[in-house]
Amino acid sequence: MNRTFDWDAAGDALPLLLEGFRVTLLATVLGTLVAAVLGLAVAVAGRAPSRFVTVPVKAVTEFVRATPLLVQLVGAAALFTSVEPLTIGIVVLGIHYAAYTSEVYRAGIDGVPKGQWEACRALSMSPRRTWQAVILPQAVRNVLPALGNYAISMFKETPFLAVITVHEMVFEARAYGADHFAYTEAFTLAGLVFLVASYPTSLLMRKLEKRLGH
Amino acid sequence: MSDFFSTLLDELPQVGAGLWVTVQATVLGSLLALLLSFALGLAAGSRLLLVRGVSRTVVEFFRGTSLYIQLFWLYYAMPQLTGYELTPLLCGVVAFGLNYGAYGSEIVRGAINSVPRAQYEAAVALNMTPLHRMRKVIMPQAWVQMIPSFTNLLIQLLKCTPLLWLISAADFMTTIEHIRSLTGETLTAYLLLLAVYFVLAYTLTLLMNLLERSAKRRLGLHTGGRSLFRTRTAEAVTTAGGTR
Amino acid sequence: MATEPAPLEKTAAAAVDPLLTGVEPLVRFDKVVKRYGDHVVLDELDFSVRRGEHVTLIGPSGSGKTTILRLLMTLEKVSDGVIWVDGSPLSHVRGPDGSLKPAGEKELRRSRKKIGMVFQQFNLFPNMKVVQNITEAPVNVLGMDKDEAESRARELLDLVGLSGKVDAHPSQLSGGQQQRVAIARALAMRPEILLLDEVTSALDPELVAGVLDLLSDIARSTDITMLCVTHEMNFARDVSETVLMFDAGRVVESGSPEKIFTDPEHERTREFLNAVL
Repeated sequence: MNRTFDWDAAGDALPLLLEGFRVTLLATVLGTLVAAVLGLAVAVAGRAPSRFVTVPVKAVTEFVRATPLLVQLVGAAALFTSVEPLTIGIVVLGIHYAAYTSEVYRAGIDGVPKGQWEACRALSMSPRRTWQAVILPQAVRNVLPALGNYAISMFKETPFLAVITVHEMVFEARAYGADHFAYTEAFTLAGLVFLVASYPTSLLMRKLEKRLGH
Repeated sequence: MSDFFSTLLDELPQVGAGLWVTVQATVLGSLLALLLSFALGLAAGSRLLLVRGVSRTVVEFFRGTSLYIQLFWLYYAMPQLTGYELTPLLCGVVAFGLNYGAYGSEIVRGAINSVPRAQYEAAVALNMTPLHRMRKVIMPQAWVQMIPSFTNLLIQLLKCTPLLWLISAADFMTTIEHIRSLTGETLTAYLLLLAVYFVLAYTLTLLMNLLERSAKRRLGLHTGGRSLFRTRTAEAVTTAGGTR
Repeated sequence: MATEPAPLEKTAAAAVDPLLTGVEPLVRFDKVVKRYGDHVVLDELDFSVRRGEHVTLIGPSGSGKTTILRLLMTLEKVSDGVIWVDGSPLSHVRGPDGSLKPAGEKELRRSRKKIGMVFQQFNLFPNMKVVQNITEAPVNVLGMDKDEAESRARELLDLVGLSGKVDAHPSQLSGGQQQRVAIARALAMRPEILLLDEVTSALDPELVAGVLDLLSDIARSTDITMLCVTHEMNFARDVSETVLMFDAGRVVESGSPEKIFTDPEHERTREFLNAVL
């Protein structure tokens, strides 16, 4: 049956959606943090001298990257039933995106000129100092725009968390839609919130990229 | 674990049907996405401001809203609003096509812009029409550049097909989930799921690499033997807006 | 190899310069100005080229020589002034009130028919074999029959000394060979005016002579009008009747090669030639 857009229902739905949006933001921010830190660790591990370390690390990374996030989420939630869904969501998002950010870090590290490494060796610097004081500061500088983009990507994939019963925005939208038979209003509103949140952020990212000379 | 696999064998026809749904969604969604990518990507380079504006709006709209929402909107909201309903599989195909078509348009636009301006000038010097230029000179050269990025995009599309489970589209995930609930073998079920999707992704990569080789050969470029097996998920540094 | 001169074009939209008397020049720049933002490259440039003439343009970089060729090939638009080709404006049309307005794509394509260009970087199409590079435009732009275009392509490849490379790929050819294919490709369109933009500057020194000899042959055996921008002063001496010295967007001096190279009148010309020769 056809009907027109019910503005009252939309108005009622909005506060609930925004409640869920807070969870969305929380998941995105924490997930990005995990991805940023874990990705760096994976990238550094990928350059370890021993093949026993690099080969499994690369294989697992590839596997995580090439398999669906939804399956990873549902699988983790089903296996670790005692852990709170939001936590599982953040961890899995973080691990999944770490597989991508590790590539960005790797490119950054590879981009550091070989001469830098050689200079550190000549100065008898320990590996730890080499990484900390010389390599990482140069490698990480260009990672920020890419991290920003992955954060935006992650933001748009937080609805997957609804599947493992995290009360983020789309979960709330679906619940409201089901209760009041107002799917149209709920989902349209949710879509608009996403658009309003992500479009300006994307523009900002693009400007940042241009400023950094990409 | 044997419990799981014996049930799997019993349910093999359904599992096969589910896998087929996943493959269909991937292939049809990809075709729609490719079509839209070219339409929107070429429109983005149009001389007419109106055409460029429409393309930009459509692209930003589908990139800025979440695929999940687009899918759910098509499945739940559209019937409510218009009384017109799509089958779950078709909802998926349309949603995937629209969403990834928008991301793909950036790939097309970028590749066209990367063809050296000198080629365009040589075509002008030979008095070719704009259409002729695009067909015979620009697009053949841009196409080779597009393939790696499209490979990435299509693999992401494949990885989103499990969403079909949420709209009761009886895809591969649905069938395996069903077996999991019958046998309670969670770990085995999810490892199998991950493994199968991984194999699907790798097959897709191989096919795209073949495509790239034939395109490169037509340009007289060198193709190494090993490039056939190279995976693309590593080349994921993105432009703003966030494709992975 | 001879080319037939194209009939004078007289369509409703074309305008004929009313000031023309006697032998009309094939190309005439009429107070042409070209600006890039604030930077003025051509400053009310006036010069003309007769039919069948071979002209060399010399001068320091930034003097506007390449811009002149690019304007003629409609790769750029004039900021002011008019370029006349064979009595009709190149990139303008006469509006109903008699004034000249910038031309649209269709009119430009009509003007471009008479003009061909060879580029410094050859710019062969990498997705086509040599023969296809040469036949592509004749078949699809001039509407030539495919077999006829192909046999003409083979003739041209003979002329440029590459008859064995019909089915080769551009990537398999040396720079000099690619440039010769580019010349064949331009000639296949039967242009009345051939523009040559530093066509040997990107070549290894040992390949330069081959291309220059070819161009000398073409100059001698056909009545194509040629405008060359080049640093190769010997070529200018052998092939051209007129040398134009450019500086800061204007013609500083013009004359026969002997005159310019042995007894330049203008200070700037002398400076330039001293530095170059």
